[in-house]
This record gives sequence, C-alpha cells and structure tokens, in this order.
Amino acid sequence: MSFPILQLKDVATHFPIESGWLRKRRTGTVRAVDGVTLDVERGEVLGLVGESGSGKSTLARTIMQLVPATAGTVVLEGRNLTAASAAEIKAARRGLQMVFQDPFASLNPRLTVYAALAEPLLVHGVVPRDRVPARVAALMEQVGLAPRLMRKYPHEFSGGQRQRIAIARALAVEPRVIIADEPVSALDVSIQAQILNLLAGLVRKMNLTMIFIAHDLAVVKHISDRIAVMYQGKIVELGPALDIMERPSHPYTRALISAIPRVDFSA
Amino acid sequence: MPLLEVTDLRTSFHTRSGILRAVDGVSFSLEKGETLGIVGESGSGKTVTCYSLLGLVPTPPGRIESGTAMFDGTDLLHCPPARLRDIRGRRIAMIFQDPMTSLNPYLRISEQLIEPLFIHEDISKADALARGLAMLEAVGIQDAARRLHSYPHEFSGGMRQRVMIAMALVTRPEILIADEPTTALDVTVQAQILELLKKLQRDLGMAVIFVTHDLAVISGLCDRVLVMYAGRIVETAATRTLFQAPRHPYTRALQRSIPSLQPKGRELHTIPGMPPDLSQPVAGCAFAPRCEQAAGHCRTTDPRLAAVNNGPATACLRVQNSEI
Repeated sequence: MSFPILQLKDVATHFPIESGWLRKRRTGTVRAVDGVTLDVERGEVLGLVGESGSGKSTLARTIMQLVPATAGTVVLEGRNLTAASAAEIKAARRGLQMVFQDPFASLNPRLTVYAALAEPLLVHGVVPRDRVPARVAALMEQVGLAPRLMRKYPHEFSGGQRQRIAIARALAVEPRVIIADEPVSALDVSIQAQILNLLAGLVRKMNLTMIFIAHDLAVVKHISDRIAVMYQGKIVELGPALDIMERPSHPYTRALISAIPRVDFSA
Repeated sequence: MPLLEVTDLRTSFHTRSGILRAVDGVSFSLEKGETLGIVGESGSGKTVTCYSLLGLVPTPPGRIESGTAMFDGTDLLHCPPARLRDIRGRRIAMIFQDPMTSLNPYLRISEQLIEPLFIHEDISKADALARGLAMLEAVGIQDAARRLHSYPHEFSGGMRQRVMIAMALVTRPEILIADEPTTALDVTVQAQILELLKKLQRDLGMAVIFVTHDLAVISGLCDRVLVMYAGRIVETAATRTLFQAPRHPYTRALQRSIPSLQPKGRELHTIPGMPPDLSQPVAGCAFAPRCEQAAGHCRTTDPRLAAVNNGPATACLRVQNSEI
C-alpha cells in the first residue's frame, strides 16, 4: 500500500489584522486557510479551484513553506515540513517546486533565460558546473523553446513563452511535485491550450505529481484527475474531475460551473 | 447612417528595430445600440484600434498613418484636440483591462467618479455627487453612499471594475469601448460584470465595442463580431453565424481551442506557432504559416476582406474561391 506523496492535516494559515500607529493592536484575523485536510496521491494531478480570496494561493504558499502555517502539518514524502529547519526545507525544495501566475513578475528581468535556469541547477548542485549549459538547453527543449533563445531576457518573450521558461525553471531540480498557481490565467485562451497540453505531457512523461490551482473550472477539468473546490479557506468539495463537473453537490461548485461562459445558440 | 464609421485605419509604431504595423487597414461600422465584438490574440491590433479612435496612442512612437473615423460628422483621427477632448469621456467612453492601474490610487472614488462631469458639464458639486452616487448604485456597489468616499485599494478587483464602469457611464455616452474588461477577473466575477454591461447597455441605449481574446465571452454578449489577426480583420459576421459557420481557418482554430467546449481525455486543440512579427513585411496571408489549410497561393497573394455570396466577410483566399 503506498502512502500519499503529500499529506495536509488541519492546515490553517491566519494573518493578523493590526491597526494603530505607534502601538499596534490586533483587531482581527484573516483566516486565509482555515482547516484543510487533503492527501495528494503520487502521479495525480489535483485541481484546486476557487475564487480570489478563497485561500488557494495561500494554501500553495503554506505547502511550499513560503508562508508559515499557523496550525496543522504538511508532510511531503513522509517528512514533516512544518516542523523542519531551514536547511531541511531547502533540501525539500528539490522535491517540491512552484510555477506562479504572472509570467511577467515571476522571472527576474535582469537574468537571461540561461541564468534563470542555471540558478536552481547550481544552487542545488543538480549537475556538475560543466554540464550546466547542456542541461539548460535540454530543459528548454522539454518545454518547447528553442535553445538558441537562451541568451535573451524575459521581456523579449511573449507571456506564453515566459510561462514555459517558468515551467522549465521548476523542472530544473527534477522535483517530484509541482504546484502550479494559476499558470495560464494571464494568457490568451489560445495559448492556454498550449501550456495545458505541455503540463499534461510533462506530468505523464516524468511521472510528476501536480497541484493545479485555478479560478476557472473549464481549464482545470482538462488537466485534473481530481478536483478540490475551495471557499473561504476550506475545501467544500473533493472528487474525481468528471464527477465534480457533471454531478456537483456543493452549491458553490454549481455556481462556479454556471459562471463558465457558454457558447449556446439554442435559444 | 452608422453611429461610427471607421475606414482603412492604419496605425504603426516607429521603433528602433523597425516599423510595427499594429493596425493594417481596418474598416468597420457601428450602429446605434449595437454590441460589436472585436476578438483576437494578444498582438492582433484590437487594442491599438480602439486607442487610435480616441487619440490614446502615444505619438511618438505611434503614428496614425491613414484612415478616417467618422462620428457625428467629425473625423476623430483628424479633428482639433479640443473637439476630441469634448467627445472623449462624454460621448465615447472607454474602460480598460486592469482597474487598479486605471484608477488613481491617491484619490477617493468620489473625486474620480465626478471628474468627467466637471470636465464636460456645467454642474455643481452637489449635483455631481448625486449623479455619481446614482451611477455607483446602478453598477451594483452595495452601501454606495459610504463606499463613495473610499479609496480604490479598499475595493476588490471586481468592484473596482464596477467603479470604472460607473466612471465611464456617468456622462451617459453614446459609445462604450470595453477593452478586455473581464480578462483580469475571476470567472464568477466575469459573469457578473458581463451581465451588468448587458443591463446597462439596455438601460442607456448605448453602443458597445467589446474587445477580448476569449471567443466564449463574445458569444453571450455581442451582436456582431470582427476577428482580428496581425493587424487586420480576417472575418466579420453576426455572432451566431460566426459560431455556427465560421469562414476563416483562424476563426475555426480559435473556436476549437476553447477549453470549455472540448471533452476531457484528449489533448486540447491548439493553434501551433505564434502570431507574426509585425515589423516584418508579410508575403501573402499572415496566418498561412500556422494554417492547417494553407495552399501555395496563400503564401504569395495578399488576401482582402470580402463578402462571400452577399453574406458575412472573410479574408481567406481559399474560402473566397470556394476551395474550402
């Protein structure tokens, strides 16, 4: 019996609201993530859907330990990340990587593609120094970018291409789990399809596990095996993707489905 | 007599690396009360087309090379700046994609909302505030009397977009140009904003030009559609016709790649490749390199937009010759 590659138990991430100038008083709490328990199976693509403010991005950052959990545990391949030291978290990052939404903001504008992809290789010692150029070229090909573009800067690429660079960067350290936080939301619909196909192909070829976060169920449906619906910091529905799309039980899931623009001329 | 008649608009950007032909011969008309959709990928020229109409293209490096845009007897592209200022914001208004950068973060909503009224009308502050408040309520802001005095950062993205719509409509314009107003919003908020726009259009009787990269959004909102690619219109049709019988390979490819229309389990349809570099002259049809149905003459002959059998227009040579 295999155990899940990622286990979240009662994870909560709360942010204090403070007011006052010289003497800050705590006047409230934002419960961004409010008790999430979830297992992610090895090799699955889990879609995490919710609106802005549902807590899905905060949950992603909590899993990545970019933001400390207020309560609960995040266990990756048997190791408890919430109780880990900084050195242990850095080691864990070889297994767990993130792709962010905004392809303009997530790439350092002063680094060439080569530098951006070489950085994780060097930081984690993935390959010997003399093998780095070859590995960068291979990574670019893997995401459908011509290696001859490696000396260019992010601003010289389109949004879709920048997202490919961000995905290549996440793949550089050969992670087992990738969290993609709204990776296609900032792209044209026609380019979304390209990136979705790329991600689906990479998951299959490399036997990756992926958490795919989005606000759009139509996009998530294609790439996910299971879908978790998040609302106000909690998971309100979880199940196989087709079941969720065709037989949603929670009213919020139904609302998300009805918001998908329909192409319907029967009226 | 159409409300707006654009003829052969050409707008270029003169940059160090060459002249970018962003809008390359665009003609269309807009009737009173009509909703016209302009759909195309990033770089198709749809936004620059709208900016050109309202004098919002930075010149330099931009330049309107040719064309006319007739609105109520005035050519918007060649009129005195004072006349354009009188029309812009009062009779033709525009809303933009990112409401946070379109709202001044330092000013309260009240000040920004009534600014168009002060510029275009002789009105007292009390009357202007009353009109502004009424508009804020009309766009669905709850507790409007109190929110009127808030700052933009105190609103969510969807609410900021509603505020921007209120600002645009406070002078009751005849035309609203909406440039990707829902692209930056969640799908549920998008649905609400689209419903709001439909309702306001009915109530105010205005014409709307709706620019987007998302064909699915067009289907629920627009009467007619222009499909743009590489600075030109490649197809124009009534919305239903466009969806049921698209007459250009690019339109068909766009339609096929809508995720919500495709069943799970197979790879999504994509349009391979990327839009062309607009600084390079194009030989033949700009879409040919990416077109599944391109033939030899597609790469040598420049296609022109023409109606097929007195029906909707397409700029595909093969469709015009009944080859496909």
